[in-house]
Amino acid sequence: MSERLRTLSLHAISVIVGLVIVVPVVFALLGGFKDNFQLANNPFGLPSPWIPDNYVEIIGSGTFWRELFNSTMIAVATALIVVGVAALASFVFARYAFRGRELLFLFFTIGLMFPFAVAILPLFILLRSMGLLDNPLGVILPQAAFGLPVTIIILRSFFRAIPGELEEAAILDGCTPFGFFWRILLPMARPAIATVSVLAIVASWNNFMLPLVVFNDPSWWTIPVGVQQFQGQYADESAKVLAYVVLAMVPALAFYAIAERQLIGGLTAGSTKG
Amino acid sequence: MDRSLRRRRLTDRITIGLFLLPALVLFGLLVITPILLAGYTSFFRWNGFGGLPTDFVGLDNFIRLFDDPIFLGDLRRGAILLVLSVTVQMPLALGLALLLNQKLRGRALYRVLFFAPYVLSEVITAVLFTMVFSPNRGLANQLLTVVGLGHLNSTWLSDPSTVLYSVFLVMTWKYFGFHMILLLAGRQNIPKELHEAAATDGAGGWQTFRHITLPLLAPTIRISLFLAVIGTIQLFDLVWVLTGGGPLHASETMAVTMFQYGFQRFEVGYASAISITMFLISLFFAVLYQRFVLRRDLEGAMTNMGAQR
Repeated sequence: MSERLRTLSLHAISVIVGLVIVVPVVFALLGGFKDNFQLANNPFGLPSPWIPDNYVEIIGSGTFWRELFNSTMIAVATALIVVGVAALASFVFARYAFRGRELLFLFFTIGLMFPFAVAILPLFILLRSMGLLDNPLGVILPQAAFGLPVTIIILRSFFRAIPGELEEAAILDGCTPFGFFWRILLPMARPAIATVSVLAIVASWNNFMLPLVVFNDPSWWTIPVGVQQFQGQYADESAKVLAYVVLAMVPALAFYAIAERQLIGGLTAGSTKG
Repeated sequence: MDRSLRRRRLTDRITIGLFLLPALVLFGLLVITPILLAGYTSFFRWNGFGGLPTDFVGLDNFIRLFDDPIFLGDLRRGAILLVLSVTVQMPLALGLALLLNQKLRGRALYRVLFFAPYVLSEVITAVLFTMVFSPNRGLANQLLTVVGLGHLNSTWLSDPSTVLYSVFLVMTWKYFGFHMILLLAGRQNIPKELHEAAATDGAGGWQTFRHITLPLLAPTIRISLFLAVIGTIQLFDLVWVLTGGGPLHASETMAVTMFQYGFQRFEVGYASAISITMFLISLFFAVLYQRFVLRRDLEGAMTNMGAQR
């Protein structure tokens, strides 16, 4: 009996926490189908009548799709660069002994301590002098640079686990170091590569401060910048803003549904090794 | 043999150099250079235009910082958020991690659900909660009214006395799942035999928690705390979109103050001094954390062995 009571209370707690997460999202989803009058007088009920105009209008406008495209392009490019560059470096950190290796590795790991907030001002000035403002590279390259520490830490520990005999054999068979890296190591490291790619994509997708200062031109805006600007523009049309927020959530949640394992694996690996 | 060995040495050298080059260039140019530049400009009065700053003012910016009521307020508000994180968010995350470690139907679903807010960007979360906390059409007030607590209705984000706590609520909503996932991973790395042995010895639930679960989770808890500290020091996106730091600076954080001075008032030298101070505070906690962990290395080694898979 007490066992059943315990299970019941555990379930109750889980359901309550679940509700705290779900209710605001459902409120937004339904709110997008209402008008201001309904929002004020019927906040919880189903919309009556259902007004799909807000969603239809946003989906029908080019702005939302352009922001989606920008976010996607910047995230994919960031991931490609950071994973490529970090994989090369991690390979050397994991499999070669040389003077100053640990110091150099420490140099990268200290980078974990540098958040965008600390560097954003000089970074902005640097990008301005390089002519990279209002240019997607002005977001992609710094994001890749700031993503290096965590990516190198995770990949290095993975590359270390691959037996050295494999490399000896490949070299004896006339494989160059790059050949071994490209043809044998990377394919073997596919799970780790997937993990760090997912981390880089999520970080880029959610980044706000950098695109906010780099992109003056609305045609480059990513989803976070777009959502923030939309909120300012339609401050007194709550239903419209709610609809925009809901649509902006969809890609992130869809990606989470697909890549949940890599994301959670990456976060726990990244912080237990860091 | 000797010659081939020497050749091998040379190819190794070339490989090391070539493979490290892209990472060094990217990291050096876009991470290290900006940090050094921030340090340099913090000693100048500068509006951020033209070449390099020339108006050297020594430590004036830093002296001004500790006379600046807004910055001192940032420190106080940061401390409040930190204390709240440690006393409210962490126990919540730990409790739920232990709960989801039990045999519970639908456990996997709960785990996915609790972690979901972490995936949403800070900006989306902030806009969503602007609506939730909106004074008349907002979900929060409507909910309170429905359950008969209408007298608790508040203007949440536009009242200086409640705004910081509202920000904290949103932080917790978004981040508790992340800490829960970390702690859950840590908990699952504790060898089963230990808890089985405790059960055989007739240890009660509290005793087991106190003498086995908690000590063995300590390294993970420390990481979690450390990440919460760093996250709080650098809090920007959520606050910027929710409140912009207002009303009357009541929800302003160091990063928000830095951003306003740098990008809106063009006091780049002063803003850099704030950046550097932020960095030094982060560094202080990092060193503290390292010392803490190194001293307890043996204790952590046991659980970390599980994590090194």
